[in-house]
Amino acid sequence: MDKIYLDHAATTYVKDEVLEAMMPYFSNVFGNGSSVHAVGREAKKALEQSRKTIAEVIGASPEEIYFTSGGSESNNWAIKGIAFDNMENGKHIITSAIEHHAVLDTCEYLEKFGFDITYLTVDEDGLIDLDELKNAIREDTVLISIMYANNEIGTILPVEEAANIAKEKGVLFHTDAVQAAGQLPLDMANSSIDLLSLSGHKLYAPNGVGALYIRNGVELDNLIHGGAQERTRRAGTENIASIVGFAKAVEISKRDMERETKRITALRDKLIDTVLSEIEESKLNGHRTKRLPNNVNFSFKNVDGEAILINLDLMGICCSTGSACTSACTGPSYVLQALGMEYRWTNGSVRFSLGAKTTEKEIDMVIDALKKTMDRLRMITFKV
Amino acid sequence: MYNDVVMDHFQNPRNVGELEDADSVAEVGSQECGDTMKVFIKVKDEKIEDIRFQTYGCCAAIASSSIATEMVKGKKLDEAKKISKNDVVEKLGGLPERKIHCSLLAVDGIVGAIKSYEEKK
Repeated sequence: MDKIYLDHAATTYVKDEVLEAMMPYFSNVFGNGSSVHAVGREAKKALEQSRKTIAEVIGASPEEIYFTSGGSESNNWAIKGIAFDNMENGKHIITSAIEHHAVLDTCEYLEKFGFDITYLTVDEDGLIDLDELKNAIREDTVLISIMYANNEIGTILPVEEAANIAKEKGVLFHTDAVQAAGQLPLDMANSSIDLLSLSGHKLYAPNGVGALYIRNGVELDNLIHGGAQERTRRAGTENIASIVGFAKAVEISKRDMERETKRITALRDKLIDTVLSEIEESKLNGHRTKRLPNNVNFSFKNVDGEAILINLDLMGICCSTGSACTSACTGPSYVLQALGMEYRWTNGSVRFSLGAKTTEKEIDMVIDALKKTMDRLRMITFKV
Repeated sequence: MYNDVVMDHFQNPRNVGELEDADSVAEVGSQECGDTMKVFIKVKDEKIEDIRFQTYGCCAAIASSSIATEMVKGKKLDEAKKISKNDVVEKLGGLPERKIHCSLLAVDGIVGAIKSYEEKK
């Protein structure tokens, strides 16, 4: 049975065009970009071309793009790098309660070194309050990190405004744009953002590659010390094939963005509107319109999200859930809890994230499967 | 993640529902923060003549509820009362490590219903 894959926010397949672009870089152009000889120089050329491509797409200069192993590394580097470089000036960092673990856990780690972290609250749609941000900034604030869009609930945060506030107050601003890139246009030339994290495997490039945009003039400690790669700021022999793939995927995302945004948003809205009107006790998590084109996150009352997930999996549909029972049973997702809902709602959440191959037929099948699933599970459940 | 026995009890749970003329009804679990279960039993000659359940919980919780009610149906109350989560997990053929505690709900529900019946007498 062919699967209906609606978990692109977790990871995407590698597009044919991307794979094709990568192929020469395994056996033919395989050199180490730091080698002086012809084989090395060929690889280096591909590396720098990839850098240029990505820079162009996001309105940056090539030397502002630094390749990493992915979003987690980029987030770790940005936050630790700024924190350790600025420790003498201050030890206060502001972030949001709904960041990805790569940001939250890094901040928690910095507490060991005496850093004080402020976690901005969010409203029931997952939006931060810009006044709360303004009021949180102190003399000793060295970094503000707010995600561009949330991976679970799809809400797009007011990051440009937040970055402007940071700039006015002379504080560096980082954003985790891992989910947003590829779906939303980015333009660093007209932005106050200082650091921005990107990840390949959320936009049809392979796993294990990403980038950190570092605005010219911004200093931060290395995360990875060693060789002189990435202008001595990030050691490690470059993963040329994946970087080439990453650049190709970024290029494609820009090329297709307008068309795909329209197409996927329409499918997303069909799924949202139909389910909300035809399945009882259902709600949408995250902002209805300030939302990633591919993200749908429902809460269904009185049924455990994991049970819904397994049921859908049996019907060939792949999605994800924020229910407690999928996370070592310590409680439902912290993102959903931050929205302030009751347990019987937060624990019944299911996330569908659409992709390039998602069709209307698949959406119709998912709606049908969801109805059947909810009917069945609601007969079994102990309702409150 | 789950074996065939668990999947069977999840897709085709036995004894789901309510008993109108139940001799005892128990509600267990935490509504504010966890799984919950309602168990109905009908007792005759000190045996569980019939049993029904409703469970709010994950796949493991539902499958555990289903198999546990099957395990105690027709048994003497004294014997049924002794059911443990290990019994349930074993009968299911195993659960993933972090799901084993989900089987506690079924045990609490059944034991709760029996105890409440005995207290009434």
